[in-house]
Amino acid sequence: MPSEAAMQVHEKAQIMDATTIQRALTRVAHEIVEKNKGTANLVLIGLRSRGVDLARRLSQCLKQIEGVDVPVGALDITLYRDDLGKAGRQPAVRKTEIPFSVEKKRVVLVDDVLYTGRTTRAALDGLMDLGRPAVIQLAVLVDRGHRELPIRADYVGKNIPTAKTEQVQVMLQEEDGVDRVVILKNTDDQ
Amino acid sequence: MTLKRKDLLTIRELEPEEIFLILETADSMKEIASREIKKVPALRGKTVINLFYEPSTRTRTSFEIAGKWLSADVVNISTSASSVTKGESLLDTGKTLQAMHPDVVVIRHPVPGAPKILADRLQASIINAGDGAHEHPTQALLDLFTIRERLGRLEGLKVAIVGDISHSRVARSNIQAMRKVGIEVRVAGPATLLPRFPEQLGVEATTDVEDAIADADVIMMLRIQRERHGPTMLPSLREYSRLFGLTVERVKKAKEGVLIMHPGPINRGVEIAPEVADGPYSLILDQVTNGVAIRMGLLYLLTGGQRTER
Repeated sequence: MPSEAAMQVHEKAQIMDATTIQRALTRVAHEIVEKNKGTANLVLIGLRSRGVDLARRLSQCLKQIEGVDVPVGALDITLYRDDLGKAGRQPAVRKTEIPFSVEKKRVVLVDDVLYTGRTTRAALDGLMDLGRPAVIQLAVLVDRGHRELPIRADYVGKNIPTAKTEQVQVMLQEEDGVDRVVILKNTDDQ
Repeated sequence: MTLKRKDLLTIRELEPEEIFLILETADSMKEIASREIKKVPALRGKTVINLFYEPSTRTRTSFEIAGKWLSADVVNISTSASSVTKGESLLDTGKTLQAMHPDVVVIRHPVPGAPKILADRLQASIINAGDGAHEHPTQALLDLFTIRERLGRLEGLKVAIVGDISHSRVARSNIQAMRKVGIEVRVAGPATLLPRFPEQLGVEATTDVEDAIADADVIMMLRIQRERHGPTMLPSLREYSRLFGLTVERVKKAKEGVLIMHPGPINRGVEIAPEVADGPYSLILDQVTNGVAIRMGLLYLLTGGQRTER
C-alpha cells in the first residue's frame, strides 16, 4: 500500500529465507496434488505481482513431482477492489493475462500474503467474470491472520502470528533480487 | 505515478509521464474487451454524462462503451433534443448537469475553450472530446497507443500528417503528443491549410505530399473540414484529391509496410483511396478499437479521490 510505504518502518524479524520458502512451496505443491488427486484440469492463477512469481514456482514444483506442465495465469484485481475512489489517487491497473479458459477448471489462486481477505474476495469476483471454474482453491505463502471476511486458505506455506500494526513483506528473487519474508514494525510504535 | 488532475482538456498541459501512464492503463484495460463478459465493477456508482454539441459516431459511442464496461452509469445528451435549442447557455447547461452530481462530463463543442469554461466552474471531471479547431486529446492518445501497439515504440519514429492541418484539432493534439514522446512529425497539405508557423509547433511543413511521406513510418490522413472553411480555401475536392489524396501509387513510393491511419470519418476517394483505407497496413479500425481502451483508462484515472478534497 502506498501510504504504508511512506511510514518509517524497521525490520522486526526475518521469518523465512530462500531455503524455507522453497521447502514450503514444495510441500504446498505436494498438498495440491494430493487434494486434487493429481493434476488433471489443474491451473494456477497468481495475483499480481508476487503471487504470479509464486504460481510459476509452484508450477515448476508440480513439474518435478508429476512431470506435467500446469498452466499459469496472472490476475490483476485492481478494478475489483472495494476501496477504489475512496482514498487518494487510483492505484495502477496492471494486465490480467490468463491465456486459457477457466471454464470447468480446478483453479488454485496463489498469493503471497493472506491478511484481511479483501484481496481474495476481489480475486474471486474477478475470476468469476472470466468463466465458471469447477473448483477454486487458495494457496498463500504466508497467513498472518486478522481476517475481515469469511475466507480461509486451502494451502499455507507458513502461519505467522502478527499484530495489526505490523507489516509482512514477502521479497522474491524475481521482483526484489532476494528470497525472504520479514515482519516490519512501525518505528513510532516502540 | 498517478494522474494528478481533475480534468483532461488538452495534450499541451500533459507531461510525457502522464501520457505514458494513460497508455499503460489503457493497455491493461484492453484485455477486458476480449472477455465474454465485458464488465468490471471499478466505476460502480459513478455517473458519466456525454454532452455533445457536434455530431459524433465513434467518440461518443466509445466513451459510452468505456463507461459501461467499467460499470459507470452513462447518460448521453444530444443538444439538438435538449434545452440548448430553447436558448440555454453552455454554463447554465453545465450548472444544471452539476446539480445532478455527475462524476465526469465528456464534452464536445464547436467553440475552442468551451470544456475549460465548464472545468473551471464544475466539480465534475471534464474531458474534452473535441473543442472546435483547438484540441481532441483522447484521439491523440489513442493514436499514440495504436502506433506503440503495432511498432513497439514511439521514440524516434517518423510520422507524416497529411491534409487540412490548420483546421484540425486532431492534428493539433497529435503534433503536441508526438513531439512530447519523441516522434518526428512532418505535415503536408495545400498551402492554405498548413499552419502559418510550423516551426513553433516543432514540425516541418511541405506542400509536397510525396516528399512528406517518403521516409515516414506512419502516414496519418485527415478529413477536409469543409464545415470550418471559408470559400477560398480549396478550388475543388477533385483537385485536392489529385494532389494530396493517398492513392495506391503514392503508398508504393513510401516505405515498405508504412502504416496508414485516419481518425475518421473517412471520405473515400477524397483524402484516401478505398484500397488504401481497407489495405493490410491500415490501422483505421484498430484506432476505433483502441479508442475504447484509452477512454476506459482515462475514466478510471480521473475518478480517483480528488472530488472529496474540493
